[in-house]
Formats: sequence, structure tokens, C-alpha cells
Amino acid sequence: MTLAQATHTQTSARETRDEWIDRHSGRIMVLPAVIILLCFAIFPLIVSIYLSLCRFALAGGSFTLTFIGLYNYKRLLFGTQQYHLIGTMKPIETSGWIAFAVYAAAVLYWLVRYVRTEFSVLGFVGRLISVALLTGLVLALLATLPPKAYQGTLLTTCLYVLFGVTAQFAIGLGLALLCAQPIRARGFFRVVFFIPLMVTPVGVAYMFRMFADMQKGPLAPVSAALGLGAWSWADHAWSARLMVLIGDTWQWTPFMFIVLLAGIENQPRDQLEAARLDGASGFQIFRDITWPAIAPIAATVVLIRLIEAFKIIDIPNVLTAGGPGLATESMTLHSFIAWRTQDLGGSAAIGYLLLFVSTITCVSFFNYVVRWTRRHQ
Amino acid sequence: MSDALESRGLMRRLFEAKSLEEMSTPTKIVVYAILALWTLVVLFPLYWVLVTSFKVEVQVDSGPFYIPFVDFKPTLDAWNFMLLQNNTLGPYLNSIVVTLSSTVLALIIGALAAYALVRIRFEVKLAAILTFLVLLIAVIVAIAALHVPWQVAGVVAIALFLLALATFVRRFKAAVSNNDIEFWMISNRIMPPIVAVLPIYVMFQHLQLLDTQFALIATYTGVNLPIVVWLTRDFFAGVPLDLEESAEIDGASKFRVFFTIALPLVRSGLAATFMLVFILAWNEFLLALFLTNARAQTMPVLVAAQNTTRGPQWWYMSVLIVIMIAPVIVIAAFLQKHIARGLLVGAVKG
Repeated sequence: MTLAQATHTQTSARETRDEWIDRHSGRIMVLPAVIILLCFAIFPLIVSIYLSLCRFALAGGSFTLTFIGLYNYKRLLFGTQQYHLIGTMKPIETSGWIAFAVYAAAVLYWLVRYVRTEFSVLGFVGRLISVALLTGLVLALLATLPPKAYQGTLLTTCLYVLFGVTAQFAIGLGLALLCAQPIRARGFFRVVFFIPLMVTPVGVAYMFRMFADMQKGPLAPVSAALGLGAWSWADHAWSARLMVLIGDTWQWTPFMFIVLLAGIENQPRDQLEAARLDGASGFQIFRDITWPAIAPIAATVVLIRLIEAFKIIDIPNVLTAGGPGLATESMTLHSFIAWRTQDLGGSAAIGYLLLFVSTITCVSFFNYVVRWTRRHQ
Repeated sequence: MSDALESRGLMRRLFEAKSLEEMSTPTKIVVYAILALWTLVVLFPLYWVLVTSFKVEVQVDSGPFYIPFVDFKPTLDAWNFMLLQNNTLGPYLNSIVVTLSSTVLALIIGALAAYALVRIRFEVKLAAILTFLVLLIAVIVAIAALHVPWQVAGVVAIALFLLALATFVRRFKAAVSNNDIEFWMISNRIMPPIVAVLPIYVMFQHLQLLDTQFALIATYTGVNLPIVVWLTRDFFAGVPLDLEESAEIDGASKFRVFFTIALPLVRSGLAATFMLVFILAWNEFLLALFLTNARAQTMPVLVAAQNTTRGPQWWYMSVLIVIMIAPVIVIAAFLQKHIARGLLVGAVKG
């Protein structure tokens, strides 16, 4: 009797525990992810803000943090470190002002059209923030283009993102369109084109350094034939940047390629066949069927790539060590160098500025492009 | 009339299977030329790395030699040195352990969270989140500026948080939904690692876990979690509900449903996610550079460290790059078909 009772209470206790787990299963499932994100994202973010507002100093085995407000940011944006982040600026030339006028007209047109068609306060404020950032970047770029002026890490990073993502998308889309044609050995091309994504970026950087060595590399006979002689891409700002971009593009084109190809192969078959029957040209088919079908996918892939592109460090670090001068240094590398010289406050401030720029860019892209393509599907 | 049309469509479809014939010869040549060109662009640098790994110093320095046995005599010197005399296997093992563990962990934790967010409605009070954030900031300030011991600050903060949950938080109505939680999780990916790495470094220093595999595994799990949630949520959203519901009526718990029904149904997507996260973790450089030293060093750091005072020793470097690429290519070859399909689902609904 007592034994039976004991067993009964035991099972009921176990049942309630199981029930409890089942009732809270949702929370239990989400909890590990939330804790990990709190530890490795939210907590570091808050500590980093604090660090970026402090001066860090080593003092006899220990360290001190002195609160100095926005000084680190001021120094980077307007003060002694401006040359490093934004660049050495000179008065903008006439051609620069003409380019700016064209840019301003385009932005104004875009804003006015937005106000006229679909106005909302929040959307307008968001657009103003995007425009403010973009205008600042454009002005900084124009001011660092005249002779004897140099671009800093912020502009270099933005140039990498802009040209890198554009090139990767263009090449990836082109290759995907070709591979979607009825050709032989499609599987072979698909596998081969995927490979660069798997090579470690540090390895890519060394590979291209070795590959583009004009004296000992495989291209040496070519450069000798062209009479380039002792010319080296690593000695000039723009050729060094181009080299970084080539490495980055080599690595990331496969990502665009593979997703876009899957999207193209997924497009509505019946429409394609109908269009072919009607005698539509290849370009017409692309414009009216393929492109609308893959536009949302394309926008999302570009967004994913944008998010990652701002974090570039491995390739410039190994390929050129940021040189010549500061020409190829990205913001992450800049922050890393500041950390190495024990300027922890400055390092955190650079990181935060990068976060700021990349967040505004990615959110803008999501709101203006990704949403737009989804609406117009 | 309609018969004729249909048969024409049928004819076309029959020919489409190998309808190279449809393209004119010049087009064909251009298409193949471009594809061949890009194949060359992809493969030639890799070929050069492979060939260089069989060279010795003199053969690299005295100019470009292209073909082994014809241009130069290949040797296994570099391989011998890197694999047997140099400490390469340690970092290699570290890389394997760290990458596999963190990928599997991120996949399990992320998939669980994504599944719950797709299937179960959450309501988290905004007031609770704000209280939590305020307390977190207070704790950090207390520790950093007022030098309160972190154990004390932590316990006090948890007590205050529970108190707040039991009292005033209940009065507020405003709550965040599943979409908001998802968006928050995914948006963590925008954060550049350089912002997070300094505090993480300090945290592991305090816990005396710097330069351990554990530190790297935990960090990689954290940074790759958003991607897993992003991709897997769409796979789960595509699983038909009725299967799961009937299992639940039969008395299976949510966990049971997740592991026995939902997970097997999204195999393909999981494979793609696994591959992507594996590549990201295997190639990660910046965090490993900060968090490891000698014991837990991973391959990318080892490769980067080859830049000695005498300049990079290409023949050794090439060996490292080759052995780093090899396992990923093998895995990718197995999962190739899943990858494209998996990524597509993620991109369509994103």
C-alpha cells in the first residue's frame, strides 16, 4: 500500500516536471541563443561604448580607464587623427564641385519624388539620415581627390565595399546567366566556380601576393613583355587598392554566382517557354522574366555581401599591410593597429564608427532596395 | 491549330535537354570562351600554389617555373618540413576541433531558437527588456568605474531584475513579437567583429580562458548564430504544420517533434547552413588573432604568421594553404547540391 503510494507520487512528480518543460519549451529553446547573443554581442557592444569614451593607460602591471567623453571621436573626425580616418583634405577643385552638383541634383530629385508619392515622417527622417551620411562621404571623397591629398581608412573601406560588391555582383550574375544556358559540362563549371569561396582570405591574400609578383611570379614574362620592368603595383595607392579588390572579388564572386544561379534555375518555366515561342530575344527574356524573378534574391544576396564587406581586414593586412602609406588600410585594420599601439579608446571609437556607417548603409539598402524589389515582384 | 502548337512545344522541350543546337555557333564559342576564361582565373592561382608547394627556395627565387618535371624537379622538402618538423599539426587540430564544435553548437542552438520563433508565439514585455538593459549597463559601470567585485554586482543585478519582473513590469502592456526577436538576432551579424573583440578579450582574460579552444568555440558559436537563425527559420517555416500537429496530438513534446520530425525534414537546408558556417569558422582570422596565442592557435593565424623578417617563404606557405583548402573542398563536394538549394530558400524569404 505504502509502496504503491510512493511510486504514485514519484511518477506524478516526474510528470509535472515534464509538463513544466513542455509548457516552457518555447522559452527553453530560445534561451541558449539569447544568452549567447547577450554574452557575445550585447555585452561587448555596451563595454565598447564605454571604452570608446575613455582613455586607456597601462600603469605598472595594471591599467587605468579615464572617462574623457567624446574626445576619441572628435580626434578621429576633426582632430589630429583625421588624416588617418578620413584623409588629408585639400580644397575641392572645380570638377569636383560639378560632380557634387550632379550628385546633389540626383539626391534632391529622389527626395522630392518620395515626398510627393508616399510621404511618412519616419521614412523621411530615415532618408535624411541616409542622405546626410552619403553627402558627408561624397564631400570627403571629393576633398581627398586633388593632388597631394590622400584618402583615409573610412573612404578606403567604402570604396572596397562599393566597387567590390558591384564587381562581384556583375561577374556573378554574368556567370550565372551563362551557366543557366543549355551548355555541356554545367556541373563542372558550377563546382569550379564555387571553389574560391572556400579558400581562407589570408590564403587568398598570400596567393595573390605570390601570383602578382612581377619578378618571380607566373606573370613575370607578361610584365617583361609589356616593358613594365621594375614597376610594382604595391608602390602606388590605386594599383594596390585594385589588387585588394581583385583578391576580394576572386573570393566572393562564387557566393553571388551560386545563389543567383539557383534563382535563375528556379524561375517560372512556362513563362520562359511562352516567351520563346513568341520569338522574344534573349535580352527581352532577361528583362521581362528572369530579372523580375530573381530581383528579390539578388537584392538579398547583395545585402548579405554588404554586411560582410564592411568587415574586410585579412586581404589588405596580408597583401599590402595597409600600404603604400595608408592607401589600402581598411577601418578594421585601422582599429586593430590602434589596439596594437594600446590606444584602446581610439580602437573602440573606430570600431563604433564602422558599426555606425555599416548599419546605416545596410538598413538603407534594406529599406530602399530589398523592400522595393519584394513589393514589385 | 492548338495541336500544332502543342506539338511544337513538345518538340522544343525534347530538344531543350541538349539544346546547344539552339545557339548559333559564334554565340556558343563566346559563351564557352568566357566560361573557360573564368575557370582559368579560378584555377590558375590555385595551381600555382600547388606547384609552389613542391619547390625549394632556389626554384622560387630564380624566376617562374610552371610545370613540374619539365621546368623544374619537384621535391617534397616543404611538405616534409611543414608536416614533420614545424608545429603545423597542432594548429591544424585546433582548427578542426574549434570549427567542428562551434559549427555543430551554432547549428543546434540556432535551429532550436529559429524553430521556436517560427512555431511558438512569444510575448516579451518591453519593460522587462529595458529593465534588463539598464541593469546590464549599471553592472558594467559599477564594475569598471566603481570597482565593485563582479560577483556582487551580478547577484545584486539578478535579484533586482527578478524583483522588477514580479512587480512593476507586469503593469506594462507593450511587448515585442517573434518578428522583432528574429530581427534582433539576425541584426547582430551587422556588428563588425572588431567592435566586439576587445570586451570579449577582456572577458576571457578575467575568466583565465584566453588562448584556449573553449574561448574560440564559444565566440565562433556566438558570431555565427545569427546566420544560422536567418537561414534555418525559412526552412522551418516551409515545413507543413499538420505533420507536427498530429504528432503533438499523439502526445509528443515540442522537443520530440523538433528532433524527430522538423529537423529531418529540413536536412537539405541544414547541410547548406552547416557548410556556410563551417567555411566562415574555418577561415576566421581576426577573432583568432586576438584570442589565441600559441596553444590554441588556428590555421589562418599560422598562415598569416608566415610573413617572417626574410619575407614570406612561399614554398612553406603554399603547403599550409593546400592543406587548409583540402578538407573544405571534400566537404563541399559532398554537400554541393544542398548548398545552392539551401541558400536559395534563405535568400527568397530572407
